Amino acid sequence: MSEKFDVIVVGAGPAGISCSFELAKAGLKVALIERGEYPGAKNVMGGIIYRNAVEEMVPNFWEEKGVVERPITEQRYMILDERSGVTIGHKDIGWAEPPYNCFSVMRSKFDQWFSGKAVEQGVLLINETVVTDCIIENNKVVGIRTDRPDGELRCDVVVVADGVNSLLAKQLGMRDKIKPSHVALAAMEIIKLDQKTVEDRFGLEGPNQGCTIELFGESTKSIMGTAFIYSNKDSVSIGVGTLLNGMIQHRLRPYELLDALKSHPAVRHYIQGGETAEYLAHLIPEGGYNYIPELVEDGVVLVGDAAGLVNGIHREGSNLAMKSGRLAAETIIQAKEREDYSKSALSPYREKLMSSFVGQDLKKYKDTAHYLDENPRYFENYLPMMNMALRELFTVDGQTKWQKQKNIMERAGLNSFGGKIKLAKDLYRVWKVMK
Amino acid sequence: MFHIVVTIKQVPDTKIIKMNPKTNTMDRASAPAILNPYDAHAVQEAVRLKEQYGGIVSVVTMGPPQAVKAVQKCLEIGADEGYMISDRAFAGADTLATSYALTQAIRKISKIHPVDLVITGKMSIDGDTGQVGPGIARRLDIPQLTSVNKIEEVNLKEGYAIVHRKIEDGYEEVYSKLPCLMAVEKEINEVPYSKLPDMIRAARYTPQIWSVKDLDDVDVKQLGMKGSPTIVSKVWAPAQSDGAVKFEGNLQSQVNQLMNILSEKKELFVK
Repeated sequence: MSEKFDVIVVGAGPAGISCSFELAKAGLKVALIERGEYPGAKNVMGGIIYRNAVEEMVPNFWEEKGVVERPITEQRYMILDERSGVTIGHKDIGWAEPPYNCFSVMRSKFDQWFSGKAVEQGVLLINETVVTDCIIENNKVVGIRTDRPDGELRCDVVVVADGVNSLLAKQLGMRDKIKPSHVALAAMEIIKLDQKTVEDRFGLEGPNQGCTIELFGESTKSIMGTAFIYSNKDSVSIGVGTLLNGMIQHRLRPYELLDALKSHPAVRHYIQGGETAEYLAHLIPEGGYNYIPELVEDGVVLVGDAAGLVNGIHREGSNLAMKSGRLAAETIIQAKEREDYSKSALSPYREKLMSSFVGQDLKKYKDTAHYLDENPRYFENYLPMMNMALRELFTVDGQTKWQKQKNIMERAGLNSFGGKIKLAKDLYRVWKVMK
Repeated sequence: MFHIVVTIKQVPDTKIIKMNPKTNTMDRASAPAILNPYDAHAVQEAVRLKEQYGGIVSVVTMGPPQAVKAVQKCLEIGADEGYMISDRAFAGADTLATSYALTQAIRKISKIHPVDLVITGKMSIDGDTGQVGPGIARRLDIPQLTSVNKIEEVNLKEGYAIVHRKIEDGYEEVYSKLPCLMAVEKEINEVPYSKLPDMIRAARYTPQIWSVKDLDDVDVKQLGMKGSPTIVSKVWAPAQSDGAVKFEGNLQSQVNQLMNILSEKKELFVK
């Protein structure tokens, strides 16, 4: 029998790396096992990491070379119909200076760097190794099995950080099979341009500025979901994701949505002339608060995507993952002091997580995605209404503004009292599920 | 104790690498650094011999600090020890200077454990010369066995080895005294999926790193750029071919199409 570790963390993404980082820092003996050739080789996200989440572990990390692409200084939102886009945005030049707010990153670079920081703390990183299942004795998790010869390793606690489709969580019965309404399928491309072109197209004044654009409406063919365009240093990440059940219902494939987005008249100039450097696709957990699984059992905890911790409304995930990893580490360190790794000894993790921004933010939006998915009129009718209304209002054709207003109300079905009441009710309802 | 030294090299993955069209040199940032694939087979063969006859396997490489990763990869395969020579003075070495530097390193390693056998990969995929192995053999004044695709027997007690060397129409069986150097082909073995304990040992392992002054009796004039008489007069990327014709249809029609093309271009084949 080979050596024993205090903790084995399965999966080197933001959650797994953060967890192993904190555990090793506290002096625990930690192995971090990654299936890819290196951390980041197989990891996918749109590409935003949050300064606050990372700097709690590595202060001033943005000063290190090649870690981040651009600080984000402007966030835009666009509503698309077939030919037009309505844009609102917020640009804050204060975000162009330390300590910044968030950054666009390349996961293959960022995760590699971040795992290096964990290794510096003493984490033993094992790449190219798939954890196939947990070793269970007396109903306790006491180790893992890998796909390698002599591939068993023992430990006190297994941290399951193997992502959205967590094989281990399912095997342990901590999670059900994912339902198509609780997961989004996103496809994205990284499109190579040069630095100057990226800056010109997004209106950036230099490498210390970056822009994100989130797109709604036509970009998902009015299926519940979003698209995004992020500026990297000398490339653009463009992607689109919708709930899987929407894609199934509308018989759409993710690349069809992406191709349509790339050629949309309000979008195409951002990527024109660029060369696709990478094509990526991934699942995103969207079950939210109501579907957070059992997070703890004897000798095992779930973190990050494996625990379904994504705030789809604010496109936040990496920061929730990092926080959950660190809270799990905190709990395990306390459990180590008493040499008790039972479910009850590890359950403070759940309480800490739920009272942190992770649990609280997911609680705030617990019904939002479900409500919008059940009531497609928001994405199918109300969003394009914005484009119609502004197009009508801004088209100068000799009609009076009174007449314009009347046209808009008529086309939006708001000329009747009933129509107005219906809109008011719907606005109230959507406010209620988000408040 | 049977001591096998394997010389290895970290190379850019030439399957992925892009060429800089202006300078006609490799854009090394465009491809990940990997263990030269031939060297993985060399290490595996050494490990196989170790399992058969007992002994230890050491690997040695010359390269920048990040080449530690290539040494670790060899430990994953099952090597016991790793040595690196890393110094600015080695930079810019051609195959002559490289074989000199590696020879000095092997001499130093043999003071720790006398070396019975040196194994190298057939060649590196970035240089494609296959000269470094024979260069080392010549300097160590030991027999060189190139294009080895099977090691039949190693008899340490009586001091000989029997191998198969690949030749154009088959193989030849060669008997050599030990110590000797073998440059191995890819088909000599398959590199198996590494054992988890070897992965763990490799992840923890830091090789011994020597600079020029750690080596004994080094003639610095024979190192690096200074020790490299090779002159590269011109480098160019081969022109992309225009693509090929693909025959469609049933077998007979494909044969007919081929015959038509051959008869059209028969002047290419008939003198």
